[in-house]
Amino acid sequence: MMTAETKTTNEAHMDEDGGLTDDTVVSMNLPHLTFRTRNVEVFYGETQALFGIDLDIFRNQVTALIGPSGCGKSTYLRCLNRMNDTIDGCCVTGIIELDGDDVYDKALDPVHLRARVGMVFQKANPFPKSIYDNTAYGPRLHGLADSKADLDDVVEGSLTKAGLWDEVKDRLDAPGTGLSGGQQQRLCIARAIAVEPDVILMDEPCSALDPIATARIEELMDELRENYTIVIVTHSMQQAARVSQRTAFFHLGNLVESGDTEQIFTKPSDQRTQDYITGRFG
Amino acid sequence: MTDRSTKSAKVAASLRRRHAAERRFRLYGMGAVAFALACLGLLFFTVVSKGYTAFQQTYVKLPIYFDAGDIDPKNSGDPKVWAKANYQGMAKKSLRGLFPDVKKRRDKRALYKLASSGAAYELRAIVRENPDLVGTTTDVWVTADDDVDMFIKGYIRGDVAENERRISNKEMAWIEALVADGRLEKRFNTTFFSAGDSREPELAGVWGAAAGSFFTLLVTLALAFPIGVAAAIYLEEFAPKNKLTQVIEININNLAAVPSIVFGLLGLAVFLNFIGMPRSAPLVGGVVLALMTLPTIIIAGRAAIKSVPPSIREAALGLGASRSQVVFHHVLPLAMPGVLTGTIIGMAQALGETAPLLMIGMVAFIVDIPGGFTDPATVLPVQIYLWADSPERAFVERTSAAIMVLLGFLIMMNLTAVWLRKKFERRW
Amino acid sequence: MGKADDVTVLLLMVILLGLSAWAFHSGRRQALVLSNGRARTLHSLPEYYGFYLALCCATPALGGFVVWAVFEQQIIEWFTIAAISPGVRLDDPAKLDLLLNDIRNLANGNIISRAVDPDLQAAADYYLGLRDLSFVALAAGMLALSGAGVVLGWVNLKPAFRARAWVEHFVHFVMIGCSVIAVLTTFGIVMSLLFESLRFFQMVSPIEFFFGLEWSPQTALRDDQVASSGRFGAVPLFAGTLLISLIAMCIAAPVGLMAAIYMAEYAPVRLRAVAKPMLEILAGIPTVVYGFFAALTVAPLFREWGAAGGFLISSESALAAGIVMGIMIIPFVSSLSDDVITAVPHSLRDGSFGLGATKSETIRKVVIPAALPGIVGGLLLAMSRAIGETMIVVMAAGLAANLTANPFQAVTTVTVQIVTLLIGDQEFDSAKTLAAFALGLLLFCTTLVLNVIALYVVNKYRERYD
Repeated sequence: MMTAETKTTNEAHMDEDGGLTDDTVVSMNLPHLTFRTRNVEVFYGETQALFGIDLDIFRNQVTALIGPSGCGKSTYLRCLNRMNDTIDGCCVTGIIELDGDDVYDKALDPVHLRARVGMVFQKANPFPKSIYDNTAYGPRLHGLADSKADLDDVVEGSLTKAGLWDEVKDRLDAPGTGLSGGQQQRLCIARAIAVEPDVILMDEPCSALDPIATARIEELMDELRENYTIVIVTHSMQQAARVSQRTAFFHLGNLVESGDTEQIFTKPSDQRTQDYITGRFG
Repeated sequence: MTDRSTKSAKVAASLRRRHAAERRFRLYGMGAVAFALACLGLLFFTVVSKGYTAFQQTYVKLPIYFDAGDIDPKNSGDPKVWAKANYQGMAKKSLRGLFPDVKKRRDKRALYKLASSGAAYELRAIVRENPDLVGTTTDVWVTADDDVDMFIKGYIRGDVAENERRISNKEMAWIEALVADGRLEKRFNTTFFSAGDSREPELAGVWGAAAGSFFTLLVTLALAFPIGVAAAIYLEEFAPKNKLTQVIEININNLAAVPSIVFGLLGLAVFLNFIGMPRSAPLVGGVVLALMTLPTIIIAGRAAIKSVPPSIREAALGLGASRSQVVFHHVLPLAMPGVLTGTIIGMAQALGETAPLLMIGMVAFIVDIPGGFTDPATVLPVQIYLWADSPERAFVERTSAAIMVLLGFLIMMNLTAVWLRKKFERRW
Repeated sequence: MGKADDVTVLLLMVILLGLSAWAFHSGRRQALVLSNGRARTLHSLPEYYGFYLALCCATPALGGFVVWAVFEQQIIEWFTIAAISPGVRLDDPAKLDLLLNDIRNLANGNIISRAVDPDLQAAADYYLGLRDLSFVALAAGMLALSGAGVVLGWVNLKPAFRARAWVEHFVHFVMIGCSVIAVLTTFGIVMSLLFESLRFFQMVSPIEFFFGLEWSPQTALRDDQVASSGRFGAVPLFAGTLLISLIAMCIAAPVGLMAAIYMAEYAPVRLRAVAKPMLEILAGIPTVVYGFFAALTVAPLFREWGAAGGFLISSESALAAGIVMGIMIIPFVSSLSDDVITAVPHSLRDGSFGLGATKSETIRKVVIPAALPGIVGGLLLAMSRAIGETMIVVMAAGLAANLTANPFQAVTTVTVQIVTLLIGDQEFDSAKTLAAFALGLLLFCTTLVLNVIALYVVNKYRERYD
């Protein structure tokens, strides 16, 4: 029951937008907020793809975005690192904040943003370079390594974290495109990690892979979770249930429901979510 | 893991340099496009600015006494006799009449040069068309000499020292007197479009070369189009995937990249020397150009045929048509616009070719307008080449004008090809 | 050949066409007759029987015409030479050629180089007689062949005869022939170049040609001149060609590549829609126009600038010719590069952007390396084009062979020499004119090798994008 006292206490913990203040989060040992998005809308020319999305992404957690094809999950994902900027005629409105900084602020350089928010794509896209050069591409770009030895360490570290080091350590000069599909995707993950991002966005990373490679990468996600925040778009509900702590269900450009994965999958609040999970559509 | 702020600082430090590099790179790209387009503009500007004056020619009005005693002494009325009269003398007499003070032999020679050496032929033509002029004194407009023309157009400047220009002070005075008298005028240069080549710039025209180009391209089209289309159909529809087909395809791609002068050598060695075709005739030129254009038409034809969807072929086959019937009744008509576009572009390229035609002898000085495929002829680009070599000042403007004519034809052909493509292009 | 000959041939062709049309009509009618009015018993549509008979009529006659056309000249000349009275005949092939020329010209009513004597007149009359005979033979032969063809074809006209198959096979055959013409052309080029070059190398040693440093081709004009006063060392020509081509590539490669990058990656759609066709216009301008531009605008300008700057730039400098040639090649490089750059899949670019690269970094570090084989292939093809280019250098570069690396001096190239050696009156067998064929063979082989290498590079290193 809400007493006046409880209300005031509650107000003390809230900020203007109705979320919790940072102090409250820390003191209550709540998960830290990494991305805070409010009323995000995306237009491709005249067509509107996303309608008023309010979603929070929390640090060191895997957040899964699920929903049927074409519901806007990937579009939303690409807003987080401003990849939609590369598409002509795409217009993004709303508030998207990374650790409190407005991502679309003029003062914030998208280049800098993408060094903090990495991305792994649906189909592995290693550059036609050697495995070493693929992994070293990001650090070289941003000048993160001070010396060759430093760079070697970064490469080794990233490949190890991606679970690829043992398989390729003696053929770092081999072309990245010569690896198997699963290895290529892990190389892409290593490449993204090498830049030491805070967040890794993954757009259906396993959709082109066989079950064994998929399992490997899901294992990887769990390991990476300790150090990185991960947002994954997936059309497999089972995968979302396996790997994520929070899930958001998108439908026709709207965010229908979001919350703890367990809750979404066992006691969803919205009928649409229920229908999707039980396979009525999608 | 490295400290977040250190990393952030490193990234921030690199940003300015990288964005500056980005701006520079973009600038280089724009600069490259601008440079190329500027060169194009400069080329057109040079040609037009040097050539537009050629469309006008200076004419001089002379009072000619058509002496009946000179033209037709026996009063025969026979045009052949009339043609033999001394029209040159009549022109000279007229000039002497205009400037009676000119006495010295040398000065007189300079005076006569005011009118073109072709004036005599012009007078002859006038008499032939207007027989009733015989016995009268009439004012007749004849072509002025090219030096006069150049002076009137401003290419020969009066303020240059006398020994450095082609018009002496005396001649300048005469010209100015004629201008004051209304006897010197610039008019549209019909000679340029109706005459063949000539040693004298004021009498030279592109009609001979244009006719030669026409006949040559006709031969090229008549040979390259059917052979090219037939080969394209065969290679695309009927050819089995075996060694012979591969050899043929490799050859076609190779021929497309062979320098044009080698085709000229082929024409010289085989068509002129072995088979004995007539030298510098449009027939030989056409055959050589046809061999050059063939790869273009075949490649364009194959692309056009390939773009016809298989569903049409299957539908026809399903009704019991034979392979050949499918191709000739269905595929070919649908591919025709693409084939025609490729052909027009190939013809445009052939129109501009010079080197192979030099080899087969089309570089001779041809005055007559060719009337058939075996008459000696020259083509427009070769004419341009020959005129560009001539020392007379007046040929510079004529060369530029001829280039404008050639470019005009090319633009028309290319626009036709583009129009054809736009109008008949189907998106399957 | 004269106008009357043209008319005769045309007349024969028209007659042949008429005969074929009649054969078509007859064949079709006969097929219907044979089927007793029931067209369905025929194997093919009646038209095909008509086509069959028409082809039987026309093809042998056309074949005969082609044979006649190719060999008529040689045969007549052979007979004329054989019939010349011993007093006039000479064994020197060059003199014989001149003689034949005179006979030909006299027969055609043109001017000749010597006084007309009775023997010459007799030979000319004999020549004319042979010409008339050959035309009669042509007409008779063609009629006989077409007649024989119709008769033989008529025998085959039965309802069961597979006329359509026959006609289609014939058409196939013709199409194969057309396709093979490309091979024949290459064969013709190689054979004629080889043949004449071998004759050249009998007169001038290959060592001198390939390694000699002096090029001043002259041959004896009179009997008493020393014949071997000409030097045929082609190295200065190679050097000149290379110098001008390199200057051209120095302009075309960077400008073409950067233009392609800008238009493929940066340019707004409207700018690209305008700029791309305009660059194509640069490619469509005839090279003689470029040559004019180089000789009359660029070269004098350079010479003036050089004079103002205090150093001597020749009015036929390699620089002027090279720069204009480079401008001509820009669209070549740019359009080939544009194609390969656009073919690089978007996913690679996305991957680079996702890592925080700027656009120019993505292009320089990912797109261009991915497109590199295609770009290199394009540059090789452009180089091949530069080497084979003729008109620009003929009009703007020099004629004197000069072995130098100085772009301000005048040099000459292989193509200029080929043109110079073959323009004008020439005796066909002198070392001078045969040298042109040797140069032509060299040119053909060089461009062929460059094209093959370009193709190899593109195919071997091309990334296969699924």
